[in-house]
Amino acid sequence: MKQKLPLTSAILTNRFERRTFVLGMGQATVGVLLATRLAYLSIFENQKYKAASESNRVNLSLIPPRRGWVLDRNGAALASNRADFRVDVIPDRLVDADDTLSKLSGLLGLTADKISDIKDKLDKARGFQPVEVAAKLDWDKFAAVSVRLPEMPGVIPQRGYSRYYPTGPSVGHLVGYVGPASAEDYERERNPLLITPGFKIGKDGLEKHFETRLRGVPGARRVEATASGRVVRDLGTREDVPGQPIQLTILGGLQDYAARRIGLESGSVVVMDCATGDVLAMVSMPCYDPNSFSDGIGRIEWKMLSEDDHVPLRNKVLRGLYPPGSTVKPLVALSFLEAGLDPKASVNCAGGLRVGNRVFHCWNHHGHGQTDMLKGIYQSCDVYFYHFAQQIGMDKIAAMARRLGLGQEFPMPYPGQSYGTVPDPAWKLRKYHKEWAIYDTVNATIGQGYMLVNPLQQATMVSRIASGLQLTPRLLLDRHAPQPASMGFAQEHLDLIHAAMNEVVNGRGTAGKARIPIDNVLMAGKTGTAQVVGLQHGNGKNVEWKRRDHGHFICFAPFDKPRYACAVAIEHGGGSPSAYPIARDVMTYLFDPAKAMAALEELEKGWGGNVQQRMAARYSTFAAQYGASAPRAPDEAQASKVVEDENKPVAEPSTAQTDAAPPAPEPDAPQPQPGQAVPGSPAAPAVAPNGAQ
Amino acid sequence: MRRAYIPKGLTRQPWGVLLPLLLLVFFGGAVLYSAAGGHFQPWALMHVARFFVFLVMAMVIARIPQDWFRRAALPLYGILCVLLVLVELIGGIGGGSQRWLNLGFMTLQPSELMKPGIVLVLSWFYSVLPTGETRTWRAIAPAIGLLGFPAAFVMLQPDLGTALAICFGGVVVMFLAGLPLRWFLGAGGAGAVIAPLAFFFALHDYQRKRVLVFMDPESDPLGSGYHITQSKIAIGSGGFLGKGFGNGSQSHLDYLPEAHTDFVFATMAEEWGMLGGLFVLLVFGLIMRWGLKVAMNAPDRFSRLLAAGMTATIFFYACINMMMVMGLAPVVGIPLPFLSHGGSSMMTNMICIGTIMAVDRWSRRGSTGLS
Repeated sequence: MKQKLPLTSAILTNRFERRTFVLGMGQATVGVLLATRLAYLSIFENQKYKAASESNRVNLSLIPPRRGWVLDRNGAALASNRADFRVDVIPDRLVDADDTLSKLSGLLGLTADKISDIKDKLDKARGFQPVEVAAKLDWDKFAAVSVRLPEMPGVIPQRGYSRYYPTGPSVGHLVGYVGPASAEDYERERNPLLITPGFKIGKDGLEKHFETRLRGVPGARRVEATASGRVVRDLGTREDVPGQPIQLTILGGLQDYAARRIGLESGSVVVMDCATGDVLAMVSMPCYDPNSFSDGIGRIEWKMLSEDDHVPLRNKVLRGLYPPGSTVKPLVALSFLEAGLDPKASVNCAGGLRVGNRVFHCWNHHGHGQTDMLKGIYQSCDVYFYHFAQQIGMDKIAAMARRLGLGQEFPMPYPGQSYGTVPDPAWKLRKYHKEWAIYDTVNATIGQGYMLVNPLQQATMVSRIASGLQLTPRLLLDRHAPQPASMGFAQEHLDLIHAAMNEVVNGRGTAGKARIPIDNVLMAGKTGTAQVVGLQHGNGKNVEWKRRDHGHFICFAPFDKPRYACAVAIEHGGGSPSAYPIARDVMTYLFDPAKAMAALEELEKGWGGNVQQRMAARYSTFAAQYGASAPRAPDEAQASKVVEDENKPVAEPSTAQTDAAPPAPEPDAPQPQPGQAVPGSPAAPAVAPNGAQ
Repeated sequence: MRRAYIPKGLTRQPWGVLLPLLLLVFFGGAVLYSAAGGHFQPWALMHVARFFVFLVMAMVIARIPQDWFRRAALPLYGILCVLLVLVELIGGIGGGSQRWLNLGFMTLQPSELMKPGIVLVLSWFYSVLPTGETRTWRAIAPAIGLLGFPAAFVMLQPDLGTALAICFGGVVVMFLAGLPLRWFLGAGGAGAVIAPLAFFFALHDYQRKRVLVFMDPESDPLGSGYHITQSKIAIGSGGFLGKGFGNGSQSHLDYLPEAHTDFVFATMAEEWGMLGGLFVLLVFGLIMRWGLKVAMNAPDRFSRLLAAGMTATIFFYACINMMMVMGLAPVVGIPLPFLSHGGSSMMTNMICIGTIMAVDRWSRRGSTGLS
């Protein structure tokens, strides 16, 4: 009815007033609504938002604890911490990764391959895992990054400590290395410390085994920080508690010396104390540099290491298995003596011995003539051992081998050691369901065939022979350890073996060049050459590196009052001449470091510098050749997996050797005239008698 | 009476609005002072200085005769439309949307001026529309054209907040002009149908995201939802009395985005608490009441619509901004009048104030004035 009426301006004015009133009411309603909302937020939800605001305001950052040191027996550092400046990025907080990286590389002078490495890591890292950009920065670079932080969100410059191994590669396999925690580590522990920039955990070796002891307790820093992470002020700091140190039985200087002395070879040196079983040096070379490994493995270094046929990632002391060759002869002789064999009993060596329907050769195919036990050892006559081993029997020999430590497991703080094999009839039957054959005994007595040992076992063996004590290799220093028990050998038996081993070096034996240049100290030893099983090509010397014979040398000194025992194993060294000069110099170091060092420095001139210098040279060659084009390095998790795999225990051959294993060549003696020994002849570096088998 | 001793120039001023305005602006200055870490630079001083400059401008506007307003309405509107088109053609690119014209000595945002502009032109239109036509299509079609053209262009920039403000001002004028209620109800119903369609087809991705995030801020705590979440934390953590002047951690540690412009209310509420918020609401209430009162007392249809429309424009700013910072509306870039730092919005709001003051003068001239 209203709309029928004509509209007048009075009606419109009235309508305006009513509608304005409605509008005003609407506004007032909105006002009340806003006030209610305000009250709800600031009164009813006040607690919740207060907590949120506080957690915004206060940043709790963990301070990675300083890691416990690894010390040698005299308290010198094998692994320590170095204060440094570092820069990390948190992938989650990066806004423009490429832009930030290019700014960082400008500020820090990063090379192309390093940037590629960082990009790889960024691709793989989970959002919260810090990725290291650079460490060991000088103050200028650190400051340059720090002042430009506002332009680079996600970048975290830090002052902290990084692991430092003063002798680098020398202790790589011994101590291991550290690295950022992997995603798996974090899943396992759920500890925020693991994703704190700059924190590293042990990845291998002692660093991994003693992780809980070395780690320490993190400090914490409460700061008021802006949304972009800029610290406004400190609210308080709790100091970290450094990890506990561990002290090893290692003699730092000796460890480094031995590592350097191995030179260009691929091998290992173990030195033990004959009174306590303390391991004074345990070296496997070549080795990665734990310093650069701990900083994160770059693509060039990874290429360099993974392409090296000298397997720098494998700890050969514990995981290298070799046929021990003639180094088992003192052991076998001792088992003969224990079994009642008269040491004067002799056999005529004519260069070979018929066993069944086969002729087993002596390494010297001209023959050694009439040979008794003493000559059998110092001339390393195979025929002597072939002959009497058949009389005595394998069980006795195998029992002695186990008693002296071969095939035995020692409580060393490393995962996945290889223990090798001491074969005997029962073992063969169990393993291959085959009867023991006479040629198996023959092979075993000269350290070939199924016999496999690792260098630590060899060192233990020689230390037990030297001391007559039940020595167990020990790596952690314990000055109150109980005296080792006696092995229970008759002293005259030991004396005879010692005399024979002395003769090897200082008399008519196979290693005259191993005599140590120290007055009144005579070293006793035994050479060994082991064929690379299944690869009989040529004579094991003048062939490609991988097919050359392994060289072994075991020794102790002084021979009449044994203090130190040493075992050297050189892979594919071409025979024992590659091993005993190293043993000689290492032992010399124990008595006269200066003299030994002089000899080493002379050698290093020919090798192109010491270990670090050679590695650096090799690195720059690789860097120049491949640069950033090298394939990406594996991430930490993968890398440590590879290192682990590299160190898996070596499996025994899965099938039985159906034929006789080749008799051992022993090509490292001074060339004797057929049928006669050359007493006291200066040990010429062995020219192998061809066709030693 | 004591009043006789007060100079006439002073008593003539509309203290009913000047006083609340001054309170608000100085309060805003204090908040900006704190937001700058206890410095007058770069915001607080500028804010207050700007207010006084624009206050002078408002006073000047207040003295313009009604006749000039009527005559200028259409040409001004035309100029603004041309400027909007120019923005689209040659405007500077900024933040993904074209909003500015660089005049050399200053940057001009025509869409800002269009907010009072639309109110002015529609008020003029309805004042010249014969009373009897109010119910016919002639009352709505030209108005929709006048409103739709600039709104569409502002949408194109794209600037959803300003487009909505222009529409709101225009629709309020149409509503108060007495158009039949069922048109508004019908439009509201149609809007309810069209809005979802527009959401999916007309909005830009970033606008759509803002709406979605508004529905559920926690779904994107580090992206668009971050603003709303941090703003709510700031307001909520303030409590009843606030953290105290200069103690707002959310704003000082940069957790609060745009702490001195769009989110200035949160900055304020963190330090002054709910009391500060109620104070701001109260003062805005006073200003609105003054504006509507002026409109009610206005002498004719044109000035009534003009004053009410200008009031609605200011209201829209304040209402949307506060709803946004308290998590009741999506994040649209609308500053809070008289508190937020920023020249453009201050100018627009002071133009509105000045216009209402002018209406106030006309009505007082009609009667005999205050004294």
